[in-house]
Amino acid sequence: MSHRTGLEVSHAAAEAVKLAHVEVVAAYPITPNTHVPERIAEMVANGELDAEFIPVESEHSAMSACVGSSATGARTFTATSGQGLELMHEVMTVASSMRLPIVLSLANRALSSPLSVWGDHSDVMAIRDCGWIQVFAENGQQTFDLLLWAFRVGEDPRVSFPVIVNFDGFHVTHVIEPVFIADQEEVDRYLPPFKPNAVLDPRRPVTMGAYGPPFIYSETKKAQDFALHKSKEVMLQGFAEFEKIFGRKYNFVETYKAEGAKTLLLVIGSFAETAMDLVDKLREKGEAVGLVRLRLWRPFPEEELRQAVRGAETLIVLDRAMSFGTLAPVVSEVRAALYPEEKRPQIVSFVGGLGGRDIRLEEFEYMVKRGSELTQKGGQKELYETIGIR
Amino acid sequence: MADGPLTWKNFIGGFVVDKPGNAAEYQTGGWRSQKPVWDNTKCIKCGVCYIYCPEPCVRQTAEGYFESDLFYCKGCGICARECWTGAIKMVQEEEV
Amino acid sequence: MEKFSIYAPRLVNPEENIAPGHRACIGCGEVLAVRYVLKAMGPNVIAANATGCMEIISSCLPTTSWKIPWIHVLFENASAVISGVEAARKALTRKGKVPPGRVYCLAMGGDGATSDIGLQSLSGALERGHDFTYVCFDNEAYMNTGVQRSSSTPYGASTTTAPPGKVSIGQWSQKKNMAAIAAAHNIPYVATACSSYPFDLMAKVKKAAEVKGPAYVHVLSVCPTGWRHATDTTIQMGRLAVESGVFPLYEVENGKYKLTFDFPKLRPVKPYLKLQGRFRHLKDEEIDKIQKQVDKEWLKLKSLVAMGGGEKKVVPVPAAIESKGKGVKGPGSKIKRKNPTTPRLRRTGPKKVSRRGKK
Repeated sequence: MSHRTGLEVSHAAAEAVKLAHVEVVAAYPITPNTHVPERIAEMVANGELDAEFIPVESEHSAMSACVGSSATGARTFTATSGQGLELMHEVMTVASSMRLPIVLSLANRALSSPLSVWGDHSDVMAIRDCGWIQVFAENGQQTFDLLLWAFRVGEDPRVSFPVIVNFDGFHVTHVIEPVFIADQEEVDRYLPPFKPNAVLDPRRPVTMGAYGPPFIYSETKKAQDFALHKSKEVMLQGFAEFEKIFGRKYNFVETYKAEGAKTLLLVIGSFAETAMDLVDKLREKGEAVGLVRLRLWRPFPEEELRQAVRGAETLIVLDRAMSFGTLAPVVSEVRAALYPEEKRPQIVSFVGGLGGRDIRLEEFEYMVKRGSELTQKGGQKELYETIGIR
Repeated sequence: MADGPLTWKNFIGGFVVDKPGNAAEYQTGGWRSQKPVWDNTKCIKCGVCYIYCPEPCVRQTAEGYFESDLFYCKGCGICARECWTGAIKMVQEEEV
Repeated sequence: MEKFSIYAPRLVNPEENIAPGHRACIGCGEVLAVRYVLKAMGPNVIAANATGCMEIISSCLPTTSWKIPWIHVLFENASAVISGVEAARKALTRKGKVPPGRVYCLAMGGDGATSDIGLQSLSGALERGHDFTYVCFDNEAYMNTGVQRSSSTPYGASTTTAPPGKVSIGQWSQKKNMAAIAAAHNIPYVATACSSYPFDLMAKVKKAAEVKGPAYVHVLSVCPTGWRHATDTTIQMGRLAVESGVFPLYEVENGKYKLTFDFPKLRPVKPYLKLQGRFRHLKDEEIDKIQKQVDKEWLKLKSLVAMGGGEKKVVPVPAAIESKGKGVKGPGSKIKRKNPTTPRLRRTGPKKVSRRGKK
């Protein structure tokens, strides 16, 4: 039986890594992810976790070592944040193209400049096309759960893709909260040993990372994209099996009190928790307001999103990152996904919570009010509105 | 790549090539303008031509002499230059 | 009828782990060096290759020239990739998921991948002490992208990004000393080698592989395309580089410097430079300058050899010259005495006769 214990979320992430019997961890320190690799290094040093910890000299090398390790057939993990992710970026596209199921816990952090160690989603949004499976956790329990799910799904031979588990820097990473830590026996039941299709082994030599001239490159990319879309089936199986063993339910798009809602808030990451408080408050007042939480970011769950927002008049989308020169990342995907719908809600875009700035309950309340207002006026004229800006 | 046509459906995940050395099907001999010719009366079978061949495409015959596999030989001339006894000559392709 | 005891093919591993049909330039000294490295390493190896000539000539999807497990990821990270491979092998061996026993880890890259863009990841891997061998195939410029300068390009050479002109002689900086940088990590084994000395190269790579911990071998890889010399003079060019002291062959074993070949008198650098198009523009005064620099570096090296390495005392240069004969014998001399029962050379190349001689 799993036990409920209060611990720092970063340490809960490390517990998941330990229970998953990870074999190689390569990581480089960067705030606010540091507590994850620190705790793992401690576990390895104490003999609690039988793994190799490679204290690399950069994030680029962290991801590179992970590629080497995963290609050799070891269960592989790394963790990073913000600038670290950007330094990894070059290697990440290789990891996904080579179909190496590395798991990365990403403590989301703003990008320089100005330097900010605090949380937002600029880091992951800047690499959103890197070909990895990308999910968002909103709290410690979800971080723990989704890490186990990430190994199970990523390593499934029908998937074989690397996975990013996003959890917000400081707002989640550094919070001490009660988490159900699963039993080893349960985890072993959920997570079979890693059996890759091809590995670097002198007994059966293979070439990995051959180059693709124009006559074959398009075919490689089509194969890769097809496989990523197709992996959704296995992801759902992974969620279903998770629920069976651990009793907690997940989905690509999750809703909260969204039935019959006229106004829906769409949030990604930890702000969903504040948004839920607001929904509770407004529902008590009798307002038809609900929440949509986007759990899966890549592959993008278009159909699931369409279903979740059907019937709403206003859809308020909150982004914690900008896409300079155009719409913010989440809202732009949402708009694209809803475009084929005959009857779609007015979409109102807000950007906020940048560089660790909090978004308070009142500000969420303002967004809902402003959203309905703009809908009545026939929609938002500007690209987006910035929350709490001076 | 799995056997069969070169379509996107036919890749091994991660574009792994699982046939070691299959690039040997590629003919590089067409690059050549000169080819090495051995004079076996001068050959002392030392194998220097074999050692220094970058392809490698110099091989030993049953009698212990050496020859170049012209499917691959690019005609660099290293074997002729390095031969201790001058047993190898580079000759223009069209002259033969 | 074998007249010579030095019967070359008998002295080497007959396996060719890089197949013919690779797209290396005509007369490539680098792929020749790769061939020797693989012969020395044997089949029990996993290789990580940086982007560069050797990667691009050998791995055009859906084909490969490699007969060993081989991975290419990016330009600057071969050392980090092999760190991961090595760590994974360790963990998997410990857990009984792969058979016990040592599998050599080999990382390789060109001079750009080693001394420029990949220097950091190499330094990290050397410092962390992974059990691997790094081989730098140094052709002294970015040949794969069209002969651009690197930090390993020698002074005075013409490249496409350091061309000689009215106010420039071409490469204005001195060649970066990568072997010294590797040695500064206090790793157990560092060596320089050249594809013109195959037995020496193979012996050094073997030694590097056998050593526990990181080893670094810097191989001068003659490049007719970039150096602009006749393709048949590749071997000669390497010999001239070594015999003129432009590229001395030596080992640093546990900090101790050892010359592979000592020469009472070095050949002048001029004939070496004159044979190559990349130095054609150099006037005599520049050649003199290069000669002086080579002499200086040679004396420096000899003083390191004389010191036996590691000592803090600085030996004045003249004293170093006098103390000749220390560790001048290279492994090349040893290999010639090897067991003559080494299996006979296998026939190489494809067996289908029909394809032979096709034009």
